[in-house]
Amino acid sequence: MDLLSFGKTGWGDELFYATLMTIAVSITAMLIGFLFSIIFTPLKLSNNKFLNFIGNSYTTVIRGVPELLVIYLFFFGGSGAIMYVASIFGYFEYIEINAFITGSVAIGIISGAYSTEVFRGAIKSVDEGQFEACKVLGFKKHIYFLKVIMPQMLRLAIPNLSNVWQITLKDTSLISVTGLVEIMRQSYIAAGSTRDPLFFYSFAAVLYLMITFLSMKLINRLEVKYSRGF
Amino acid sequence: MDLGLMYASLPKLLSATIITLKLLLLSLFFGLIIGLLFAILRLNKNPIISKFAYGYSYVFRGTPLLVQIFIIYFGLGQIEYFRSTVLWIIFKEPYWCATIAFALNTGAYTSEILRSAFETIKPGIIEAGKSLGVSNKIIFYKIQIPVAIRQSLPAYGNEIILMMKGTSLASTVTLMDITGVAKHIVSTTYKPLEIFFMAGGIYLFMTFIIHNLIKYLEKRFNYQQ
Repeated sequence: MDLLSFGKTGWGDELFYATLMTIAVSITAMLIGFLFSIIFTPLKLSNNKFLNFIGNSYTTVIRGVPELLVIYLFFFGGSGAIMYVASIFGYFEYIEINAFITGSVAIGIISGAYSTEVFRGAIKSVDEGQFEACKVLGFKKHIYFLKVIMPQMLRLAIPNLSNVWQITLKDTSLISVTGLVEIMRQSYIAAGSTRDPLFFYSFAAVLYLMITFLSMKLINRLEVKYSRGF
Repeated sequence: MDLGLMYASLPKLLSATIITLKLLLLSLFFGLIIGLLFAILRLNKNPIISKFAYGYSYVFRGTPLLVQIFIIYFGLGQIEYFRSTVLWIIFKEPYWCATIAFALNTGAYTSEILRSAFETIKPGIIEAGKSLGVSNKIIFYKIQIPVAIRQSLPAYGNEIILMMKGTSLASTVTLMDITGVAKHIVSTTYKPLEIFFMAGGIYLFMTFIIHNLIKYLEKRFNYQQ
């Protein structure tokens, strides 16, 4: 237990901050994922074949390729790509992107593909009659979407979004390969300097379980809130 | 885009595909056995046994695969006693450590898939078997298992794809699977975009094949239509 004490001798405070980092990256990635699904869900539901193709390509490619590869692509290829774009505008200095941003965007794009599928499914399961009723009543498109479809859709989406949250949380462990100090990276450092990998990796597992357990409690509350009246 | 390099890297990446597939098939095979075992334990009437099975699947589904691999690969070697046993022959190899971690992981997911399949079997068909005087053992093997397989096929297909993607983590314990080889080529050529695109293409192709295979099997096993 000495190993987990706070202060200079133990790893307690370091692991505590690393846990906060994991949570921060997961939440940021989840939000970036929502942004992506706001763009791609309408594309997937669109009747236009071309837009449909773009939406489907996004979810199929991202869900068909290992997460680790996407992260490598962003981490090794990201700064190169940005420097290339910058060079077009006449900027030739070396650009290094922050590991937090690269990691969150990479995980966010993955998370977005999963939440796009969830939202698509949820909107599709809203009763057809609801859409028709709105049209008959002459509601404006954004109003009927926000006031009628959205509340019904969220009720159906939340249980599946909690799965996406778990996937996203676990995927953040892969960012450790890029050097961002989250739970996995911190455990790696601690395991290396104390030569006690069994203890630190097991402790990392416990930390992840704790985050999952607590976040599930929160999500269950949301679920209850959104399924009022059903 | 350096198309020449992309083409030149193809043979190396394709030969690494064999390791990826080997890891995948071995872990799926052991994972299916583990999954079936734990699904049966989970449905046991004894609360301690079923809680134990639940705990197993909760822990393996709630923690990242990377942690599981690291615990097995870096962690177990630390136990002095463990290194003196016969098991050390297996656990000193990164290949087997990765396979064991993958099998335990996919086993946890498979047990959940099979459990829900067993639970959704209509009680009527089991009762029909009983009233015809068929023994419990035969009901289990000839009725429950085939029906459960049919029902869990779509979910299990997703699990196969997830596991296929998971094998890329073997590269973190020095194995030269597709991702490992891709990373190695990138470190010598400094062309991340081209190489990772190629590697991604191979994975995508495998996803496509698995997806269609499962679709075919679903059709095949669906007698009602």
